[in-house]
Amino acid sequence: MNRIGVFCCWCGSNIAGVLDLDRVLEETAKIPGVAHTEYYKYFCSQPGQEMVINAIREHELDGVVMAACSPSMHEGTFRKAAQRAGLNEYQLEIVNVREQCSWVHQLEKDAATDKAIKLIAAMVEKTKQNEPLTAGTAPVVQRALVIGAGISGMQAALDIANGGCEVVLVEKEPSIGGHMAQLSETFPTLDCSQCIMTPRMVEVAQHENIRLMTYSNVDEVTGNVGNFHVKVRTKAAFVDRDTCTGCGLCIEKCPAKTSSEFSRGLENRKAIYVNSPQAVPNQPVIDAEHCMYLLNGKCGVCKKVCEIGAIDYEQEDRFEEIDVGAIVVATGYDLYDQKEFPEFGGGEIPDVIDGLQFERLNSASGPTLGEIRRPSDGKIPKQIVFIQCCGSRDPENGVPYCSRICCMYTGKQAMLYKHKVHDGQAYVFYMDIRAGGKGYEEFIQRGIEETNTIYFRGRVSRLYRQNGKVMVSGVDTLSGQTIEIPADMVVLATAIVPSEGAAQVAETLNVATSESGFFAEAHVKLRPVETQRRGIFLAGCAQAPKDIPDAVSQAGCAASKALALLASRQLKSEAQVAIVDEERCAACGMCVAACPYGARTLDEERNVAEVDESLCEGCGACVATCLNKACELKNLTSRQISTMVGEL
Amino acid sequence: MKLVLERGDFTRTFHERLKELSGQDLFTCYQCGKCSAGCPSAAVMDAPPHAIVRLAWFGQEDDLMKLNSYWLCAACLTCDLRCPKGIDISRIMEALRVMFLRPREEPDMVPPESLPKDMLSRIPQQALVAGMRKYTK
Ligand SMILES: Cc1cc2nc3c(=O)[nH]c(=O)nc-3n(C[C@H](O)[C@H](O)[C@H](O)COP(=O)(O)OP(=O)(O)OC[C@H]3O[C@@H](n4cnc5c(N)ncnc54)[C@H](O)[C@@H]3O)c2cc1C
Ligand code: SF4
Ligand code: SF4
Ligand code: SF4
Ligand code: SF4
Repeated sequence: MNRIGVFCCWCGSNIAGVLDLDRVLEETAKIPGVAHTEYYKYFCSQPGQEMVINAIREHELDGVVMAACSPSMHEGTFRKAAQRAGLNEYQLEIVNVREQCSWVHQLEKDAATDKAIKLIAAMVEKTKQNEPLTAGTAPVVQRALVIGAGISGMQAALDIANGGCEVVLVEKEPSIGGHMAQLSETFPTLDCSQCIMTPRMVEVAQHENIRLMTYSNVDEVTGNVGNFHVKVRTKAAFVDRDTCTGCGLCIEKCPAKTSSEFSRGLENRKAIYVNSPQAVPNQPVIDAEHCMYLLNGKCGVCKKVCEIGAIDYEQEDRFEEIDVGAIVVATGYDLYDQKEFPEFGGGEIPDVIDGLQFERLNSASGPTLGEIRRPSDGKIPKQIVFIQCCGSRDPENGVPYCSRICCMYTGKQAMLYKHKVHDGQAYVFYMDIRAGGKGYEEFIQRGIEETNTIYFRGRVSRLYRQNGKVMVSGVDTLSGQTIEIPADMVVLATAIVPSEGAAQVAETLNVATSESGFFAEAHVKLRPVETQRRGIFLAGCAQAPKDIPDAVSQAGCAASKALALLASRQLKSEAQVAIVDEERCAACGMCVAACPYGARTLDEERNVAEVDESLCEGCGACVATCLNKACELKNLTSRQISTMVGEL
Repeated sequence: MKLVLERGDFTRTFHERLKELSGQDLFTCYQCGKCSAGCPSAAVMDAPPHAIVRLAWFGQEDDLMKLNSYWLCAACLTCDLRCPKGIDISRIMEALRVMFLRPREEPDMVPPESLPKDMLSRIPQQALVAGMRKYTK
């Protein structure tokens, strides 16, 4: 005969305000096998936990059912309490009467109470059939994977590497640095982006604990926290980047040109190229879509000029499998496409550019060597208009959220423009100025005061070309006037969106994204760098738009979480794993295909399916798939499920 | 200019009527001004479209009724197209025209029977319907 205790938590008034807990106790006490019932205002509190512990001891309970909040909140708390009372932790179960009864049926108190009683009765029956379980442990692979080598990924990699663990840093581009490498000078201090960044890039490239894999993608991830199996594909560069000295002779001689992604189309690059003179690594790659030799077998100039013979037209994508214990996602952002703004010319007006293009124009290594010259005719623009919130805060035509950094970089760019074009006039159209960071408000004010930039509060409705000018039709809502400016150049602060391919990465990693497409954190406030999947962390703009100081801080935080995980060396694995009834198993292999964690294999000799308990997450996919009913989950057997259903 | 607001000034009835007539929810407006920025008539209006929305927020019905804005609205719908919050400002303009006309004792509507037959056949049906619609209570 079982001795089950039922504990109903009030959760303040969250549960008690709706459910009639006296009736719940009265009814559940009648269930055969229930030896004790009790309620309390907050069982999760220390005295509450003590009450559970004392009751287990005093009434010699062999099972506990907590009617409380979601198990994701306090399963751990209560199971630890059970353990302290000497009960196997898997003999304690939770019925979520808060989210599933009181919160959703606030107006139907009686029905909600009935529902709670049934759910508790079902759980009591399940608990009676529970077995004590012990979780195994699995070693943690002492290596981390960081995806994306922008400032966030680099920072996370360095912090983990300096903590003594190995890091594999995977970057899809030929060189590292991400968007920060494209910036000219950075708010709020106006230090040169390259100058503060190059030492970091060199450190990353030379760190003994960091293995840098550029021009690479993560194709596949299996396994689980502590032991992920990662398949990395390094794209064919058609250059042996290990022997290449980066002399650049090939680039000089290559006759094939195409628009440079790094310069955002403001200049051309060769088919064999590096992103910038400061690129790390600075060995080039060949873009197969534009290389004349790879396209039609004619040319081969690079191969001819390369003295060390590093060019290899036969090179293919290379694959490598690597085990890691933790993963940091730092895939950054992209900018909303100008094509999406038909009212601003849809990207067809050459002198309407986006923020990153302005950064390139202002950059000493950029297409104009740092002179502000407009793309159409190379003239220096004397009237320049900046438009904020392009696509941001526009649920109807763009994205609903605020991109968070564009107020600041627009203020910066207006200031930098004036530093170079002394007789020029800058105008900014804004909806609000969001300058909440340290020193940010002062920076914006300084810009307005020192450069006489005119800020109009209002949006712009249309841009069009007229007599070599870009006509701007806007409004100043503060004075109530519509504004017309014949501008020489216009800079759009386009919305920050998740990097291209973020959805693919999320799918590969099996982690969620938010509505906006940025990676979703496990808890907005309390677990901002964790994903819902243990062992996978977030850094930088992959999670949400942010500036460099925030990106770097978050990267450090993600690194410390990854290090803490790696430092534990052994991880408790899931105890409620799948088991195989070998008598019934026909070795059809369907479970092998169904298991998302790679925990199932076929033993060819004995002709049965097996479960690797250290990999099994207890998801139940195999159970649902098996036609022979040969799979069961521990403590959630089909018998348990049918008894539970019988109670409802 | 001074606006003293007491609780009753946010006249529920005014907002509700405006919402009923226009089908638009004023309170989603950002006051970003994109509607005014593109409005071909804004420059000659007493108050540009976004300011009309703002006055309506404050429930300033009497002040609104003195403005020429909604009579100068060309119903070009540019504002509707551009508004980041999907507000059809043109419908608010139309609602204000309706609000202006309805309470008049002697509606200066053109009764169809007063029009010469041959003219009647030439007037677009749209125009006829529009001429009368504003008076339906
Ligand atoms: C116009 C403009 C001006 C700015 N000016 C400033 C400023 O003055 N001061 C400031 O503090 N901030 C500024 N910022 C913000 C700054 O750019 C970001 O805060 C910073 O770059 C974020 O770094 P990140 O590493 O998170 O993302 P990113 O820089 O986007 O880096 C992400 C990296 O991941 C790589 N990647 C993406 N997907 C994959 C994949 N699937 N596999 C492998 N690798 C992948 C990318 O190639 C990239 O290298 C500005 C932004 C803009 C748009
Ligand atoms: S940061 Fe400023 S410019 Fe950018 S979306 Fe937010 S309010 Fe608009
Ligand atoms: S329950 Fe089955 S499918 Fe799920 S992880 Fe375990 S073995 Fe794989
Ligand atoms: S465009 Fe829309 S949101 Fe902006 S002020 Fe006009 S009505 Fe309001
Ligand atoms: S519909 Fe009326 S208010 Fe709207 S833009 Fe056209 S003229 Fe202006």
